Amino acid sequence: MLTLVLIFFPLLAALGTLILPRDNAKMYSFISSLIQLGLTAYAFTLFLTQGVDVLAANYEWVPGLGISLQVGLDGISILLVALTNILIPLIILSSFRNNYSNPSAFYGLILLMQFALIGVFSALDGFLFYVFWELALIPIWFICLMWGGEERIRITLKFFIYTLAGSLLMLLGLIFVYLQTPAPHSFSIEALYQASLTAEMQGYIFWCFFLAFAIKIPVFPFHTWQPDTYTDAPAQGSMLLSGIMLKMGIYGIIRWMLPILPLGIAEWGNCVMILCAISIVYASVIAIYQKDFKRLIAYSSIAHVGLITAGVFSLSIQGLQGSVVQMLAHGINVVGLFFIADIIQRRMKTRQMDSLGGLANNSPLFSILFIIVLLGSVALPLTNGFVGEFLLLLGVYSYNAWLAAICGLTVILGAVYMFRAYQKVMLGEVHERSVEFTGLAKSEKIVLIIIAALIIVCGVFPKPILSIAQPALEEIVLNLQGVN
Amino acid sequence: MKALIIISILGVVAMMADVLRYKKLLVPIIVTGLFIALATVCMDWNTNIRYFNDMAYFNNYALAFTGAVIFITLLWMFIGQEYFQDSHTKGEHAALILFCLSGAIAMISFSDLTLFFIGLEILSISLYVLAASNKSDLRSNEAGLKYFLMGAFATGFLLFGIALIYGATATFNLQGIHDALAKGAISPLMVKTGVLLILVGLLFKVSAAPFHFWAPDVYEGSPTLVTMFMATVVKTAAFAAFYRLFSTCFISLADTWVPVVAVLSAITMLLGNIMAVFQTSFKRMLAYSSIAHAGYMMMAIATMNKVSAGSIFLYAIAYSIGSLGAFACLHAMSINGDESISGINGLGKRQPKVAIFLSLIMFSLAGIPPVAGFFAKYYLFYGALIGGYTWLVLIAVLSSLIGVYYYFKVIFALFKTNPIADEELPILLPKHYILLILTAIISLGIGLSPAWLQSLIS
Repeated sequence: MLTLVLIFFPLLAALGTLILPRDNAKMYSFISSLIQLGLTAYAFTLFLTQGVDVLAANYEWVPGLGISLQVGLDGISILLVALTNILIPLIILSSFRNNYSNPSAFYGLILLMQFALIGVFSALDGFLFYVFWELALIPIWFICLMWGGEERIRITLKFFIYTLAGSLLMLLGLIFVYLQTPAPHSFSIEALYQASLTAEMQGYIFWCFFLAFAIKIPVFPFHTWQPDTYTDAPAQGSMLLSGIMLKMGIYGIIRWMLPILPLGIAEWGNCVMILCAISIVYASVIAIYQKDFKRLIAYSSIAHVGLITAGVFSLSIQGLQGSVVQMLAHGINVVGLFFIADIIQRRMKTRQMDSLGGLANNSPLFSILFIIVLLGSVALPLTNGFVGEFLLLLGVYSYNAWLAAICGLTVILGAVYMFRAYQKVMLGEVHERSVEFTGLAKSEKIVLIIIAALIIVCGVFPKPILSIAQPALEEIVLNLQGVN
Repeated sequence: MKALIIISILGVVAMMADVLRYKKLLVPIIVTGLFIALATVCMDWNTNIRYFNDMAYFNNYALAFTGAVIFITLLWMFIGQEYFQDSHTKGEHAALILFCLSGAIAMISFSDLTLFFIGLEILSISLYVLAASNKSDLRSNEAGLKYFLMGAFATGFLLFGIALIYGATATFNLQGIHDALAKGAISPLMVKTGVLLILVGLLFKVSAAPFHFWAPDVYEGSPTLVTMFMATVVKTAAFAAFYRLFSTCFISLADTWVPVVAVLSAITMLLGNIMAVFQTSFKRMLAYSSIAHAGYMMMAIATMNKVSAGSIFLYAIAYSIGSLGAFACLHAMSINGDESISGINGLGKRQPKVAIFLSLIMFSLAGIPPVAGFFAKYYLFYGALIGGYTWLVLIAVLSSLIGVYYYFKVIFALFKTNPIADEELPILLPKHYILLILTAIISLGIGLSPAWLQSLIS
């Protein structure tokens, strides 16, 4: 029941924000996201004290087709729900200095997005998962379309068609699996896990599912929508897309693909690993040559999620552990980075790194917080990024040492482009306009300090996160080993 | 049956309005009459009565579709009543619309080929006149003439087909034909030719490829309100008849016509969607989109299994409701005379609520969850998959993706950066606004609980 409240509260809040007077939309949405955070904390304590069952719920929706409103949270999903509900208030708070036209629609859409995301992470019915998956696309698409940059129409169209093509394939795959479930057919996760699929069928369905997830993540060569969309979206849109939405893809792989298609994964896992390795190197090299800071973050994001995906497909417990930790870490870090890009852009009216420089002199606090976020992103020990990347590389190493060596390049190349960016923006010759760079405002300070704190705390004490996800991940790995 | 009688009487009453001078009361009379008809449909539910020596058979299938077309007409009346206000032609328009509706109901409920043909003709002849009803507009005249000439050809084919079937089986009754065909031993050439000729006539009526050429021109030329009626009520009725005829009568000849319908369904949806992409006129785009939707609905006829009747019903309703919403907007635009998609550039800035509701409608037509169109498509695809038509579903998915592109062109136009001048933006009168909101809400409602509508007649 509580899970349903967690899903539907943001929907009510979104409708409320749309209806209530627009002047206070910021405040309404912020308060409702804080209430949601409180609810999440309560759910978390329930989960820790009473286990998985208390958060499960199951109601009929379309009985004739075996579709039900079945939701629940286990160790993996509750972490992602927590991530979503921690990031949304931060994202809303980060927009306090921006004045978007039509604020009630803007914040309403962010909350609608939250509704869909929580739905994706907690759905235990394949069809429900698909509906939320599609639903998540609509608000973010409107956010990019209504508040995006100059070329938004072309870019959002590509983004939408790309992701929709993927999800339709996934729907076909889902229906196919559904038809193989024991009679009476059902979309519930238990039934889908029991579907009798031959190795050949699994091979085809694998690609149906994987394309949908790979486009969302994105993995090379399905990434071409991503840099444009991230760059062109408003800052909060980029944060939602990269911070939370791409985790839908990785979560989808862990929750739906690994258990349903073990044979498909055995057959095509190799191929995915190689694509991930290409993603990592390719995106990192491109990132080095970027001049626009936001675009650089976009490419760095491809590299990071490439490694996460590789970790998942290593099918080892370390790799999966790493992927969960790194999903959280990447979510927090990338939101921080996009926020930093937004702070710079709002003050300097440019993101081109060549026309920036010497900002560190003007605001020491900003430069310290920037460096913490950056260290988290390049995976320095004692930051959250380190724990995740270390486990991920360990997982990939257990799969294949050469691949691990290639994937390990992400750490080195990541340091290159990130430090180079920092150097160009914050240090070096003081650019004439940099003198006008003013210190951080209160809301900006709060957001960045919270993010920096999360980066360090998760880096120093990763144990709780690891132990929460452990049982659910072990079950998946055992299941995989049982089949192979 | 009561609904059919009531609506026919209403038509006569409307015709007399001019003579007996109660024009002012006409709209309230029609609306009340339609509500009463709808009520009788609800009361007859589950009765399964055969009328007139088994000419008409009102089972739940027929009742559900009858209810649907009456309901759609009622929604249409929000804007459509304007069409009756015209000072010198008031009675005729209303009467023609009502006769058209009664023809539709006859087509839905026939269990005899003669009633089918009579219904079809009542519907068509009223429509020919309605299409040309804007006498001073050249395009309207062209539409009427074109529709009439092409329609007459199609009717000829249909009648020829019926004659051949009658020649082979010696009966007009659907059940009788079915029994005769099941027994076999009748001239197969005659029967097969007959079925294919009837198919041609029906494909013309539902505007399926390669008999769709009339549709864009007729849709564009006819007065917007008539187009709206054609795209919703008429299409729903034509599909109801199509399904009823082929599911009860020619099921034993499936080998002959199923491959034809399946292939034409694929061609129709691809062609409709691809052509719609290149349209700049909103009205013409909707015409091609209506062709594409016909293609999707034909999937259910090709697969013909236990979910098809329900899914075709759900799809017809979802599509009609969506189209009503889109046409409401189009009608508001046509007051200014600009029917191109760029005529709504930047409307989203000025009237965000209209933009949101219109976007919902477009989502429904494009088939994006959780709006009605998605579930309607889902049931169709599901039915085709369990029928083993994977290739058809793949083509349908591909063409839906193409569809997304042009429906989104409308949404993009709403949010364009360079809006057109304020005074050129369409003015949505309260009636447009109400219809738009109503259709959007109904679409969303169907999307959230599609099961009951689908299971109504399966």
